[in-house]
Amino acid sequence: MASSMTVSPFTVSPLFGRFTLESLPLHEPIVVGTFIVVALGGAALLAALTKFKLWGYLWKEWFTSVDHKKIGIMYMILGIVMLLRGFSDAIMMRLQQAIAFGGSEGYLNAHHYDQVFTAHGVIMIFFVAMPIVTGLMNYVVPLQIGARDVSFPFLNNFSFWMTASGAVLVMMSLFVGEFAQTGWLAMPPLSGIAASPGVGVDYYIWALQIAGVGTLLSGVNLIATIVKMRAPGMSMMKMPIFCWTALCTNILIVAAFPVLTAVLALLSLDRYAGTAFFTNTLGGNPMMYVNLIWIWGHPEVYILILPMFGVFSEVTSTFSSKRLFGYTSMVYATLVITILAYLVWLHHFFTMGSGASVNSFFGITTMIISIPTGAKIFNWLFTMYRGRVRFELPMMWTVAFMITFTLGGMTGVLLAVPPADFVLHNSLFLVAHFHNVIIGGVLFGAFAAINYWWPKAFGFKLETVWGKRSFWLWVSGFYFAFVPLYVLGLMGVTRRLRTFDDPSLQIWFIIAGFGAFLIALGIAAMLIQFYVSIRDREQLRDVTGDPWNGRTLEWATSSPPPDYNFAFTPVVHDGDAWADMKARGYQRPTSGYRPIHMPSNTGTGVILAALSAAFGTGMIWYVWWLAAVSFVGILAVAIGHTFNYRRDFYIPVEDVTRHEDARTTALMGAVA
Amino acid sequence: MSGMAGMNRELFHLPEEPHHPEGSSTMLGFWMYLMSDCLIFAMLFATYGVLGTSYAGGPGPRELFDLPLVALNTSMLLFSSITYGFAMLSMTERRQGAMLAWLAVTGLFGLAFLSIELYEFAHLIHEGAVPQRSAFLSSFFTLVGTHGLHVLFGTIWLVVLMVQVRLKGLIPANCRRLMCLSLFWHFLDVIWIGVFTFVYLMGMLR
Repeated sequence: MASSMTVSPFTVSPLFGRFTLESLPLHEPIVVGTFIVVALGGAALLAALTKFKLWGYLWKEWFTSVDHKKIGIMYMILGIVMLLRGFSDAIMMRLQQAIAFGGSEGYLNAHHYDQVFTAHGVIMIFFVAMPIVTGLMNYVVPLQIGARDVSFPFLNNFSFWMTASGAVLVMMSLFVGEFAQTGWLAMPPLSGIAASPGVGVDYYIWALQIAGVGTLLSGVNLIATIVKMRAPGMSMMKMPIFCWTALCTNILIVAAFPVLTAVLALLSLDRYAGTAFFTNTLGGNPMMYVNLIWIWGHPEVYILILPMFGVFSEVTSTFSSKRLFGYTSMVYATLVITILAYLVWLHHFFTMGSGASVNSFFGITTMIISIPTGAKIFNWLFTMYRGRVRFELPMMWTVAFMITFTLGGMTGVLLAVPPADFVLHNSLFLVAHFHNVIIGGVLFGAFAAINYWWPKAFGFKLETVWGKRSFWLWVSGFYFAFVPLYVLGLMGVTRRLRTFDDPSLQIWFIIAGFGAFLIALGIAAMLIQFYVSIRDREQLRDVTGDPWNGRTLEWATSSPPPDYNFAFTPVVHDGDAWADMKARGYQRPTSGYRPIHMPSNTGTGVILAALSAAFGTGMIWYVWWLAAVSFVGILAVAIGHTFNYRRDFYIPVEDVTRHEDARTTALMGAVA
Repeated sequence: MSGMAGMNRELFHLPEEPHHPEGSSTMLGFWMYLMSDCLIFAMLFATYGVLGTSYAGGPGPRELFDLPLVALNTSMLLFSSITYGFAMLSMTERRQGAMLAWLAVTGLFGLAFLSIELYEFAHLIHEGAVPQRSAFLSSFFTLVGTHGLHVLFGTIWLVVLMVQVRLKGLIPANCRRLMCLSLFWHFLDVIWIGVFTFVYLMGMLR
C-alpha cells in the first residue's frame, strides 16, 4: 500500500482518500447534463416509491426474495436498464465519428471519448448481456425441469445483488471521478499505474470483481440445480434443449470466470502494491495479461451465445409446431462448442508473433467451431421444414438471427485465417464482426426470449404492433450501422479513433450513424411495446398458461406461476414433456394438495452486496478505513448468516388450495 | 390420493411428492466451488511458470529459499490434514468432544503453518527480496500468499464451526459444513504439495 502512494500523483487524505471536489467532472457539460437528468429522474422515482408506499413491498416481495422467478425478472430489468446506458455510449460514438472530419474535433474530447468506448464495451458485456442471459436461465431453467426453485436460493439472491453492485460502481464512475480509458479489456501496460494513474481502471477492476463473484456463484448454483433437481423421469437426454445450453454455459462460467478473477487480481497487485506482473520493467510480461484475459474472454462469448442457441431452439420448435429436429446432434454440438471454446483464445492476438505453427493451430480450431454451429443452423432449418410455422414475434427474431448470425459467422471464419487477421486486426472489420454476432445472436435472442416468455412471467402477451415496429427498426438499423463498418475495416480504418483525416470515409460513418439512429427508434419502440402491453394487459391476458401451444414444462403451470411453480411435480416421459402430456389427454389434478416446502426470504444478500460496493469504493478511492470497515462487515455478516439455521418454511395447504382453485376456475372460464 | 383428479394422474404424478432434502446439492456445489478455486491457483501456477525465472538481476530461489524451514512448514500442514481426518472419524462415531479436540489441534497446526510462513516472508522482506523487486518475487509471493490467505480463512471457518457444533451439536447441517471444510482443508494440502514441489524443490534445482 505504501508504494502505491509514492506512485500515485494524487494526495491521499486519511478521510477521503484521493477524492477531492475536482474529482467531480463539473467541467464536462455533457456529463453534468446527464447527471441532472439522472438525478431528477432518480429523485422522481424515489419520491414515487415513497408516495405510493412501495418500499416495504419492494423489500419484502422483491429485494429479499429467493424466488428464482423474481430474481430472474430483476436480472432482466437490470440488463435492460443498463442497455439504455450502454446504447447512449454507442450513439455518442457514432455521432462523434460521423462529424469529426476535416479538422473538426467533434464534440467529445479524447479523455471523454476514451471512457465512452471503454464503458460501452464493459457495460454491454458485463451488465447487459450477462444479466439478461443469467436472468433468462434463472427464470426458465427451474420451470423447465419441473423444480420448485434452484439448489441454493439464498446464493441466487446474493449473486444478483453482487451483479447489481458492480453495475452501481460503473454508473458511479460516470459522475464521481472517471471510468477507464483503456478499452474493455484494460490491457497493460496502458492499464498499469504509470499510464493510468487515475481511478478509472480501479473502477473497472472492482466493478468486475464484485460482479464476478455473483456470476461465478450463479454458475455453480445453476449447474447443481440442473444436475440435482430435475423432475422424476427427466433423464439428461430428455431435458429441454435450453437447459442443456444453460448447463454448458454455466460449466463455462465456472471454468472461465476464476481466470478473470485471477488476472484482475494480478493487475490490482501491480497497481496497488507495485508488483511486476505485467510491467515493462523488472521482468514483467504484458502479453501474459493478454493471454490470460482471453482465456477467460473467449469462453465468455460462448457463455453469452449458448443460452440464446437454446432460446432459438425452443422458439423454432414451438412455432413450427413440431419436435426439434436433431435433438441429440444439438446436444453434442453444444458440448463440442463448450470444449472448443477453450482452444481458440489466441485468435484474438495472432499479431502477438507466436509463430506460424501456433497461429495455424488456433486458426484451425477456430474454423472447426463453425462446424457444430453450422449443424445447429441446419437443425433449426430442418425443424421449420414442413412445420406449421407461425411467424409470431419470437419466431421473427429467430429468423432474423439465422440470417444475421450466419453472416457474422462467415466474417468470423475470415478473421480466423491468420494472414487475413494481420490485415484486419484491430480494424472496424473486427468491430463489425463481433457486433454482428453479439447483436444478431445475443440481443436478437434476448428479444426472442422476452417476447416468448413474457406471457409466462406476467400472464399477458406482449403487444405485436409496436413489437413489429421495434423488430424492423432494430434489424434494418443493425445492417445500416454495421455493414459500413465492414467496408471501412476492409479499407484499413482502425477501431477506437476519435477523429479522421480522409474525407472520403465520412459518408460511411454517416450511414453507420443513421443505423444507430434506427436502433434508437427500435429501442424506443420496444419500451413503448412494454408500456402498451402493460396498459392493455386485460385484452392481452392469457389464462391458460400456455399461449403458444408450448412443448416444455414451463407451459404446464399458470402464468405467472405460483411461488411453488407446480402444485404436483410432473413425471416426465418424453423430451417434449408438456407436448407429450397434452397429447395423452393429461388432466390437471384439482384435489389432494399438500403443504409445500419452500426457502425463506432473507435480506443478507442485499446487505453483503451493499458492503461489497462500499468496499470497492474504498479501494477505488484509497479510502482505506472504508475498505477495512466494509471488509470486516462482510465477514461479520457472512458469518452471522451461517448462525441462522431456519431458512425454510411450508406454504400451508390452504394457500396452495386457494391458488389452485382459482386456476381451476380461470381455466373453466377460458374453456367456456 | 385419487379424489376427483384425472384418470392419468398416476402416469404424470407420483403418489408422494419427490423430496429434495435440504442440503442435498451442497457437496456437489462445494466441489464446483473448489474446482473454480483450483483454477485460480492454476492461473497463479501458470504465472509463476512464466515469470519464475525473471529475476531482473535480483535474488533467485537458491539464494532465498530455506528448505529445512519449508519442510517443517509442510509437515505442519500435512499433520493438520491427518488431524482433520481424525476429527471426521470422530464425527461419524458421533463423539462430539473428541471431534472438537481434533479440530482444535487442526487449527493449531494451521496457525503454526501461518506463523512459519509469515516468519519466512518477513525474513525475505528483511533481506530486500520484496514482491516489488522482480517478476519472480511478485509471482512467488502471490502464489504462496494466496495459499496462506486460504489457510487463514479456513482457520477462521474452523473456529466458527467449532462454535456452531458447541451450540447446536452434530446436527445434519453442521455435519455437512464440517464435510465442506474437510474438502477445503485437504484441497489446500494438495495445493501446497504443488507449491512445495514446483516452487521450492524445483526452484532449488535452478
